[in-house]
Order: sequence, then structure tokens, then C-alpha cells
Amino acid sequence: MQQKSHEICCGQGFRMSESVGAWQLIASGDATLFAIVRLSLAVSLSAVAIAVIVGLPLGALLALTRFPGRSAVVVVLNGFMGLPPVVVGLTVYLLLSRSGPLGEFGLLFTPAAMVVAQALLVLPIIAALARQTIEDLWSEYRDELTAMGVGPAGRVATLLWDSRFSLITALLAGFGRAAAEVGTVMIVGGNIEGFTRTMTTAIALETSKGNLPLAMGLGIVLIGIIIAINAAAWGLRLWSEQRAG
Amino acid sequence: MMRATPSDLPLVLDGVSLHIGSTVVLDRLDLTIAPGAPTLVVGPNGSGKTTLLRLCMQLVRPSQGRVSWGGRTDAGQGRRAILFQKPVMLRRSAAANVAYVLAQVGHPRHLRAAQALELLDRVGLADLAARPARRLSGGEQQRVALARALARQPEILLLDEPTASLDPAATLHVEEIIRMAAQSGTKIVMASHDLGQVRRLAGEVVFMIRGRVCEQASAEKFFDRPSTTEAAAFIRGDLVL
Repeated sequence: MQQKSHEICCGQGFRMSESVGAWQLIASGDATLFAIVRLSLAVSLSAVAIAVIVGLPLGALLALTRFPGRSAVVVVLNGFMGLPPVVVGLTVYLLLSRSGPLGEFGLLFTPAAMVVAQALLVLPIIAALARQTIEDLWSEYRDELTAMGVGPAGRVATLLWDSRFSLITALLAGFGRAAAEVGTVMIVGGNIEGFTRTMTTAIALETSKGNLPLAMGLGIVLIGIIIAINAAAWGLRLWSEQRAG
Repeated sequence: MMRATPSDLPLVLDGVSLHIGSTVVLDRLDLTIAPGAPTLVVGPNGSGKTTLLRLCMQLVRPSQGRVSWGGRTDAGQGRRAILFQKPVMLRRSAAANVAYVLAQVGHPRHLRAAQALELLDRVGLADLAARPARRLSGGEQQRVALARALARQPEILLLDEPTASLDPAATLHVEEIIRMAAQSGTKIVMASHDLGQVRRLAGEVVFMIRGRVCEQASAEKFFDRPSTTEAAAFIRGDLVL
């Protein structure tokens, strides 16, 4: 039934009044719209922060160590950059559901569950890109740092610091992935109004309900945020390259 | 602080061979480097000079034989510094490159900036201290690397053709710094292509061909009375393979 109404409204094509409505919602600072935006940002940024804390050292470790089966780990990690969000969502759902191993914490259908799921989704992206970046820099620095007598911890710190501006790109890729995906947050968050409804799940719902101004308004904000963050990173990179070389 | 550790001299290579794949880079090489005037390592391209320096720095391990520093076979890098032929600048300013090494050897934090500037001044780069090191010219990077090496206050300073990419004025400057380091007690071990430079700096010459030491003699004896025909040909400027 819902599927049918969706087809009807979209079948009539692009309507001017709805795009005007979308901009009006944004301009008027619509409370519903901005509550959704706030929650989305909070969830995705938290997920990226966790993925960075775990993923950067993991990537560095993988870049600097040699062990049997390392190539397999690298291949799997690279492959996990393309993990299907719904599968990650399903896995976290099973872990967090009442009868799951982590069910006692009652996290399912909360923002915390969405953070966990998105962090898992973003972690391979950040770890894999960090590994590549750090490994490249290490092949350049290896002789000098060894000759300077820099120990393992110092190496990791130096490589992370000196590749920080390249790593920002990895971070952005992770944030873009988290902010734009709908599969995991839909499954583990449940799209509960005012509690776990994010930009992407709201767009999916409002579109199927036919509330196109809100859906389009959220879409515009989402794209705007992603472009703004990328522009800021681009500027930061230009500025830093001039300073640090 | 660094001086508390035992001496790395004499540096002894005992029957050292190094194979990379099927290539023999060093072939049962014996060499003793003792304290004293600069040791200049000369020889044609591919004779193993760079590899010899890397072994002395403990950056590679020999396939056979053993290397010892003051009698120890695992001395760490603490008392030695190396200047690579193509040094790699850290992604920081010239001063920060030097300060990084100072931090590494435990120089007190509040003195590092001043000390880094002083070292850059010694290599004639004080006015480029704030510039990103990777944006400097090849010769300037070479001198930043020299300042970094000096920052370690090494007992042995290994240099791999440090003036190969420098113009005569800069070469003169670098040679002067090396001479001063030698006078203040640092053992210089330097690979060079330039026989004029060898005459200017060497106390002792190690002449290498095909991964072996062909001749080791005082500079005076090496140039006046070389004991091998290969060395005599090399000094004349003939092509030695």
C-alpha cells in the first residue's frame, strides 16, 4: 500500500512547490528538521571518533609489523571498506537484541546502538586508508628513523603526526560513509521519531509517506554538510602543505 | 648522557658478506676502523661503499661474518650518526627536523629550539630555519641532514658522498664542518667519489672493488705508493671495474 502511494507521488514528477517548501523548512529553522540533523551529526561524529581511536593505531600497527598471514589481513581489511551497511546492521542487531550476547545492556533501538554499528562500518575504512598512508611514509622514513634510534612507539607517533593531513582524508571518507548510509541505522536504531530518527532514515520514511518538502530539506542539509566538511578539509590541507611541505 | 655508553670503536668487520638475492654486494670483507683521522672510503660505483656504511650503522645485517662495535655485536645506534646520500626530510620545518633529533637524544625541551638554531647556523642555514624542510633545495636538505647528524653528537659520523650534489662553495662549507667535527674527536667515515676531496680530508683511505677491501692505507701512502695495481689505476683516473 505504502509502495503504491510512493509511486503515485513520484510519478507526477518534480514539483516546484515542494522544493520551495524544503528551503522554507531550512530557512525557518524547523525544529523537527534540525533535531534530526543534530542527532545524525552526533551519531556519525561519535562513530567516526571511535573508529579513529581504534582504527589509526590498528592501521599503524599493520603498516609497521610483518607476520604470517599479514597479506590476508590487509586484503580482508581492504575488502571490509565495502561492507554492506545492512549486513553490519543485521550483525549488530543480532548482538544487541534481547536474546543476543550483549542483549542485557538494552542498547537496541537507541542512539548508542547506531554509534556502535556505524563505528564498525567506518573502522575498516579508516584502518585500511591509514595503513596505506603510514606504510608509504614508513618506506620513506625507515632508514632515517632507524638511524636516529627511534623506538616503535616513537615511530608510530612520528608517522601518524607527519601523515596527519593525509589521514584527514581517511577520516572524511569515514564520515561521508557514516552520514550517508541508511541500512545500519534503520536496523539497529529503528527510526523512532525524536529518538533514533536520522537524516537518512527520515528521508526514506518521509519520501514513502509523500512528505517531500521535509525529505528534500533533509537531503539538502545532508549534502550541504558533506560538502562543507570536505571544503574545510581541502582548505586545511592546502594551508598545511604550504607550512609543513 | 650518551657518553655514559661504552665506545663503538674500534669498528670491526670480520669476514662480512652480504647477498641480496643472487647478487653479492659484499664479499668476505675484513676491515677495522680505529679512532683517529678521517677514514675515506673510495672505489667505483657498485663497489659496496654505501652498503658498507649501512652495515656500520647497523641498518642491515650481514649474510655471513660479523660486525662489532667496540667489541659488542649489538650496539644500537646510540653513538653513531649517518648522513645518507639522499637524506629524507621529515615533514616539518628545517629547525623542527633538527629539534626532532635533539628530542630523540634526550636534549632538554627548553633548550632544543636554541640548540637547533645553533646547529643550523653551523651548516649555514640559520635563515632558512622556519622553512618546510621538504621545500629546500637538494644541497640545503643535505646540510639540514648534516645538522641532524651533528645533533646526535656522534662518536662515529658516517657520510655517504655528502657533497655529491653540492656546488663548490657549499662543498667547501660542508668539508669545513666535517673537518671541525673530526678535530673535536668525532671519527669520520666517509664515502667519496672525488679524489680531490679525499686528498683534502683523508687521514686514511679504504679502497674498495667488487665488495671487497682492496687496499687500506694512510692517505699519504695510498696516493704516493699504492700497493695494488687497481689502486694505482684508480688514482691515475683510469676506469677501474
